[in-house]
Amino acid sequence: MATRQTASLARLMRAPAIILLLIWMVIPLGMTLYYSFLNYNLLNPSVTSWAGWFNYQYFYTDPAFLESIWNTIVLVLGVLLITVCGGIGIAMLIDKPIFGQGIVRILVISPFFVMPPVAALIWKNMIMHPSYGVFADIAKFFGASPVDWFAQFPLLSIIIIVAWQWLPFATLILLTALQSLDGEQMEAAEMDGAPAISRFIHLVLPHMARAITVVILIQTIFLLGIYAEILVTTNGGPGFASTNLTFLIYRAARLNFDIGGAAAGGIIAVILANIVAIFLMRAVGRNLD
Amino acid sequence: MGQITLEEVAKRFGEVEVIPPLDLTIEDGEFVVFVGPSGCGKSTLLRLIAGLEDVSGGRILIDGTDATDASPAKRGLAMVFQSYALYPHMSVRKNIAFPMRMAGLSKDEQDRRIEAAAKALNLTNYLDRRPGQLSGGQRQRVAIGRAIVREPSAFLFDEPLSNLDAALRVGMRLEISELHNRLKTTMIYVTHDQVEAMTMADKIVVLQAGRIEQVGSPLDLYLRPRNVFVAGFIGSPRMNLFSGPTAAEYGAETIGVRPEHIAISAEGGKWKGRIGVSEHLGSDSFFYVEETGLTETITVRSDGELGFRHGDTVWLTPNEERIHRFDKTGDRIA
Repeated sequence: MATRQTASLARLMRAPAIILLLIWMVIPLGMTLYYSFLNYNLLNPSVTSWAGWFNYQYFYTDPAFLESIWNTIVLVLGVLLITVCGGIGIAMLIDKPIFGQGIVRILVISPFFVMPPVAALIWKNMIMHPSYGVFADIAKFFGASPVDWFAQFPLLSIIIIVAWQWLPFATLILLTALQSLDGEQMEAAEMDGAPAISRFIHLVLPHMARAITVVILIQTIFLLGIYAEILVTTNGGPGFASTNLTFLIYRAARLNFDIGGAAAGGIIAVILANIVAIFLMRAVGRNLD
Repeated sequence: MGQITLEEVAKRFGEVEVIPPLDLTIEDGEFVVFVGPSGCGKSTLLRLIAGLEDVSGGRILIDGTDATDASPAKRGLAMVFQSYALYPHMSVRKNIAFPMRMAGLSKDEQDRRIEAAAKALNLTNYLDRRPGQLSGGQRQRVAIGRAIVREPSAFLFDEPLSNLDAALRVGMRLEISELHNRLKTTMIYVTHDQVEAMTMADKIVVLQAGRIEQVGSPLDLYLRPRNVFVAGFIGSPRMNLFSGPTAAEYGAETIGVRPEHIAISAEGGKWKGRIGVSEHLGSDSFFYVEETGLTETITVRSDGELGFRHGDTVWLTPNEERIHRFDKTGDRIA
């Protein structure tokens, strides 16, 4: 395998796929970069001119910009917190042999199969709706006044919806990690006098560290781009209370028809995402080697 | 102290009775080996004593107090597992310290015991390594170290040597025996390897299908097997068993003669046969004699210098005083 011929042959065989992937990535990125330096508005698409750094300055000084970044961080961290903690809890529950285990596991995993807009609409109209949602019924049953979730707690509502969608993913990954835990290790710890809490802290958590890392990394990548759930529920409002960076870019492109400004926002988002990625790889990636 | 008494202890998994009620007493300081073919319930019995399984009936007494419903941690026993069950993300030092940390011992006391255990087990240079960086034998020693520092009233070993290669196995066998001589703590050792059982035990418990077939010293079992099963199980190579007219001649249903109690000769003897396979080990020779008309093959163990080859015609003579006789039910005829 290690001869020079096979090595160069392997490189040749890999080339088409790598080149295709590169094109796939470089062309959209290049075009976005190019548009971000243009005055380019769809209301008047025939007139374009060089804008220099104006689009970046405009996007950056937008009062909604910092708010949207803050919202993005809260959204990502909130969902991560709920899914990782909840995922560990549910995984430990369904790891135990119970009656109807197969059906329970399928039910736990099923939210992941519902597409995001559908899930968000169900939550909006059937669960969180202030007059005929389930939460409103519960509130009325206890004699409290119903909460108008999307008006009063817009960001929290979206965090709950997204967390509901991603909980199965975290549960699934953490469950497989849990199942690979050596039973004799747990028994040894039991004989060593470790109570359940200590066994969890000293054995289960370290064993799941790698899986938790994977969950955090993968979810962060997807959570930075949350969009559909916001669109069909709060539409970013009230004001900018539930607008994240992705949604701010959408507003620029599709509501203001400002292609140049949206492109500049997109490039800023790419840079921020890379900063997050580097930070994450440094912080938690050590568990992966 | 470490006296363990089982009274009518039984274990059922649903409808299946793995261990019918049995009684057994293990004296303080004894090295007891549970031996039997795989699936005979020996590991289950050990786990019942450890408290990792609940008994379906009967009582377990440790030092005279009822421990039947006590949690594994409360029984004061330490266990060494077949897979070693070390904690992979902790260093050797932390692995050994873990039970003491759980017991809330002072840091000085912990360090003192770790040093002592590491010195006794030749682990001093490996204390800061992870289990993954150790060889099988070293991992085994870490597992033993983790058991020693607890200063338990008895050690439980669950086939601890089965993951080691043959040379290491002999070495570890000696180390465990030396450990027992030094600590004088009760040890219960489970194995399917009768050589381990014979070499290490003060007392062997032979199990089959959850039943105790015989309890006794290694020599007891070798010289006076109580039934055909024990006769066939203890001793290597296996005892030759004869039935039919050969046995009837001695007034028994089955007779057994160990390979080392049959004389082999080229000139003449009681049974005629032909050498099938011969194994020359230097110290001994094993001959597998065929075409005797008695059983399929008769195994003979003799002097290492004897040079019979495949196809040679030989005569076999059993040592009449060393013939074991068994009745219809397989029990020994005294």
